Amino acid sequence: MEQMSYKDSWFSNIKGDLLSGIVVALALIPEAIAFSIIAGVDPMVGLYASFTIAVVIAFVGGRPGMISGATGAMALLFINLVAEHGLQYLLAATILTGIFEILFGVFKLSRYMKFIPRSVMVGFVNALAIMIFTSQLQHFVGETWIIYVLVALTLAIIYLLPYVFKAIPSTLVAIVVVTAITIFMNIGVRTVGDMGTISRTLPVFLLPDIPLNLDTLMIILPYSLALALVGLLESLLTAAIVDDMTDTGSNKDTESRGQGIANIVTGFFGGMAGCAMIGQSVINVSSGGRGRLSSLFSGVFLMLLIVVLGDIVVRIPMAALAGVMIMVSISTFDWNSIKTLYLLPRTDAFVMIVTVLTVVLTHNLAIGVFTGILLSAIFFVSKISKVEVNSTLERKTRIYKIRGQLFFASVTELLEKFDYKEEIQFVELNLRRAHLWDDSAVAAVDKIINKFEENGKQVEVTGLNEDSSELVEKLANKLGSH
Amino acid sequence: MYKKILLATDGSEHSKRAGEHAISMALCTKGSKIEMVYVVDSDKSKTDVLNNWNSADIGDKRKDRIRHVEQRMKESAVQFETKILHGEPGPTIVDYSNKNGVDVVIIGSRGLNALQELVLGSVSHKVAKRAECPVLIVK
Repeated sequence: MEQMSYKDSWFSNIKGDLLSGIVVALALIPEAIAFSIIAGVDPMVGLYASFTIAVVIAFVGGRPGMISGATGAMALLFINLVAEHGLQYLLAATILTGIFEILFGVFKLSRYMKFIPRSVMVGFVNALAIMIFTSQLQHFVGETWIIYVLVALTLAIIYLLPYVFKAIPSTLVAIVVVTAITIFMNIGVRTVGDMGTISRTLPVFLLPDIPLNLDTLMIILPYSLALALVGLLESLLTAAIVDDMTDTGSNKDTESRGQGIANIVTGFFGGMAGCAMIGQSVINVSSGGRGRLSSLFSGVFLMLLIVVLGDIVVRIPMAALAGVMIMVSISTFDWNSIKTLYLLPRTDAFVMIVTVLTVVLTHNLAIGVFTGILLSAIFFVSKISKVEVNSTLERKTRIYKIRGQLFFASVTELLEKFDYKEEIQFVELNLRRAHLWDDSAVAAVDKIINKFEENGKQVEVTGLNEDSSELVEKLANKLGSH
Repeated sequence: MYKKILLATDGSEHSKRAGEHAISMALCTKGSKIEMVYVVDSDKSKTDVLNNWNSADIGDKRKDRIRHVEQRMKESAVQFETKILHGEPGPTIVDYSNKNGVDVVIIGSRGLNALQELVLGSVSHKVAKRAECPVLIVK
């Protein structure tokens, strides 16, 4: 797929980008507020983040048309950090996350994303959806039955309105309607104002107020590593989705670096770490957004709305935001994976489910991803470590045909497959269909030969392929003399 | 009389039958050409990208879906061209046919099940309503 030139990525779709930018800005507000509340910080932290990330990424991102901002995946990771150490440490962690992401981009590590198996990616997405959903349940605690009605109404508007009317995002209409109802009917439910303050000011540049020492670093380091991993994972997945939707290519390393720069700037301007957003990016592309202008404009318009409408935003009931978040969770979940679960190889399905369960239990997407990768690797090794040995007798020679991959995990089993005590003079080890991968393999073959020789047999090794013989020579093994 | 035939396909059984109709229509008129259009639904991008995370090219999977119809067209020696478009299927097909001066659109009646059709509306009905040329809906 071809990439746009930098100039084209700005100016080739001005009208479409401006319009979709407005739509995205409207859809960003409820999510930015809701994700801040998940993380336990003031709504402004998420709103500032969505503003600065969207604006910065417009200039330095690698995937035009993709929308980044404050996300649930990231917010879920730093709940504990905020609860134990406060906002300033979150800002420092955000900056450090950015540094890691820049390094990832500079060293062009995006090509290693392929080492994350499909089932882990699916597990990641599903776990994220479940976490977003469960994080909303707190809003139902201690409320009357009215909150169920309001959430149901929000969801009904979100899902049904698009059949009649598509110009304004239905999430925004739902929030306006539900907010209006609670204000005019004087329904006493918790609002955004109860969760924190909205200040109608632009973000300002500040150094995080933390002691600059090793203790601080040790506190934020694990969080930043997890944030960088999850942020890049979601960003590169989203980039691939936007690539597919627009049928254009993108540079994943530039995007990783861009995410890093955006997070550093965000940390200094009092915003929380963010990444690309699948839902918003899909909305952007579907609304006609293709270029960098759409991201820039969505950020600017978002800030403008907050400055102008800050007083109304605090009156949005949490019920409406919970409704929006439930919708985000439903659309994030990969429902197809449930439908096709029984078709998958057992191990793939198992990896997916374990990834999801790990995240749900640890509340940490990064741990889930690592568990999933590790488990897949173990399954792969155990699958590939099956070695077949067939033996035939040709006159006075016992021929063993070995078939499979010989490496650390497969050699112990191999040793037991020979009859060293057989009454025979010549033994041939045919390795034509085997591959020696490491020193354990070479050592194992060596040991087999020794064992036969100890029992007074002459051993001949045949059919060693080129790679394997090279390895053998390199390890300066006795094998060569046979 | 139908020189430019647009065949909208999604790889379903109905669209395979639609392909047969397109071929016999193309054989009736000399110099006619089938333009087979496969629309990649934006809503499916997420699922498709996830499902093809480790495979080299997501496009291959899609080409697989329309290979059958392509094969049939090759066998029948009709002129044809395959286009993969991106967007919401109904409007994208309508837009393409109106902009490219297509003479007739041929489309399978349904790739969706009854519930999906109730919720999403039928693509073929949308196309029949809005395209500016005759539309053949194949059952």
